[in-house]
Amino acid sequence: MELTNLTIQEASELLKSKKISSVELTKATLDRIHNVDSKVKSYVTVTDELALQQAKQADERIAKGENVTPLTGIPFSMKDCISTRNVRTTCSSKILENYVPQYNATVTNKLADAGAVLVGKTNMDEFGMGSSCENSAFFNTHNPWDLNRVPGGSSGGAAASMSASLCNFSIGEDTGGSVRMPAGFCNVTGIKPTYGRVSRYGLISLVSSFDCIGPMTRDAYDCATVLEAIAGHDEKDSTTYQSAVPSYTQNINKPIKGMKLGISKEYFVAGMEAGVESAMQEAIRTYEKLGMEIKEVSLPHTKYGLPVYYLLLFAEASSNLARFDGTRFGLSVSDNAKDVIDIYLQTRHAGFGDEVKRRMMLGAYALSAGYYDAYYLKAQKVRTLLRRDFETALASCDILLAPTCPTTAFKLGEKTNDPLAMYLSDIYVVATNPAGVPALALPAGFSKDMPVGMQLIGKHLDEATLFQVGHAYQQVTDWHKRLPSLCHRR
Amino acid sequence: MSTIDTKTVKHVANLVRLGISEEEAQTFSGQFSSIIDYFNMLNEVDTENVIPASDIANAENVLREDEVKPSMNREEFLKNAPQTERGYIKVPTVLGEE
Repeated sequence: MELTNLTIQEASELLKSKKISSVELTKATLDRIHNVDSKVKSYVTVTDELALQQAKQADERIAKGENVTPLTGIPFSMKDCISTRNVRTTCSSKILENYVPQYNATVTNKLADAGAVLVGKTNMDEFGMGSSCENSAFFNTHNPWDLNRVPGGSSGGAAASMSASLCNFSIGEDTGGSVRMPAGFCNVTGIKPTYGRVSRYGLISLVSSFDCIGPMTRDAYDCATVLEAIAGHDEKDSTTYQSAVPSYTQNINKPIKGMKLGISKEYFVAGMEAGVESAMQEAIRTYEKLGMEIKEVSLPHTKYGLPVYYLLLFAEASSNLARFDGTRFGLSVSDNAKDVIDIYLQTRHAGFGDEVKRRMMLGAYALSAGYYDAYYLKAQKVRTLLRRDFETALASCDILLAPTCPTTAFKLGEKTNDPLAMYLSDIYVVATNPAGVPALALPAGFSKDMPVGMQLIGKHLDEATLFQVGHAYQQVTDWHKRLPSLCHRR
Repeated sequence: MSTIDTKTVKHVANLVRLGISEEEAQTFSGQFSSIIDYFNMLNEVDTENVIPASDIANAENVLREDEVKPSMNREEFLKNAPQTERGYIKVPTVLGEE
């Protein structure tokens, strides 16, 4: 038995029956990180000392039988944009390279309270800006299925750490596909919850009205378990829902017979890799066999999802990133600075990578006098239409099925010189964020030996149905159980 | 085809307080033109009488009592500041003489 390949459910059983200890499990994970991660490079920071300390506490909790949750003693990794007290939090940016937060994000606190064990912080595209993890200011992360390929982005480190069995679950963040797209590229399960379901307090903002923290796991059951632990109202984030978090695992085994699965014709157009298309057709057939009714629906504004998403992202990000000014925290460059503006100019020039600079400038352009109506306001109007598309489509079915990306993982360097081509790889995942609806990514097969991802899109706050339908698929398929050769030691 | 010249690039760089070299301005200028061109696709959409989205989930104001509560202590708070003096964050001249 390879401890690092276990699901949360399996590991938790072994911990509770005292067949293994959390210290053993955590040491196995840390050893594997130190042996394997030099190839994958999914971690920016490994928290050995903290992890062993948390593991020891978890073992004490289990010994006493007090306060044991399904996550007690389970090692996890977290995207490096979520604040961790006394642990460096970089957003994979030079501007925050040595930044050590003085406080925890709400999600960090919730996981610590549940007894989960933080083993490290994962690499990402700088501030979440990218689709391949190649915009990290530190290093590239490699896809565990083929080290010459990208893991996807922006939660590429999180997906790769999960896929390479360098943790038992991972916490990512999805602004416009940043959990789902890399989950698809790396053969893991991951959810972008409804906007407002998980507190953003302590998450370093990219787009405040899109950002959603979400777990990445081995299967839908684990994903439900983790989301349940991190979701809920938070007085420190006034956009969180007041409504109670349901038990996502309670009805996960209920049959899905008779439920309606919507297929949007706009998601199946030219440009999709043949192997991705056939994997989608096969998934639809699987659901048909499980008794779901397949319905064709229309999301007429799909092609405008990408420009709407990027315009609003640029605008919100240009304003959110104003806080990095070299005076209060983070990098500060003040060579012969004659005034405070000079510190801003120098620090931001030295501290931000090209993609971040591009997006901030385009944001300022879209918001500036003379262009505001044509770009920002227009995008907010089309956003209303995108949202209505989902409302209309989901009024006639329970759930929608779509691919997470038109292709499988591309090669490192393939799209780095063409920003627009890189943006286009997000075409299937971006529209859900401006609309706020939840979406669950699941492994759906392989095309030329690389994983294919699909996503189920649901109604606002209806994550339970997503998990139920995702779990039903994983009971009759084994794609999610396949591991890259890097992990074949079982 | 939209063209965003280097002058515009430098202007927006200044709006976001970003130092920029001549060479960078030229690279960005080419890239911006093709990206903005792509965005112009939105002009095809009829948005007459469409209300722009302003909130995404809960359109409710959240209010609370204005109570005095303990906050982070000053020493801890200043730990990340590059330059401090007597418990304050230190920066060069904010308002110039010009």
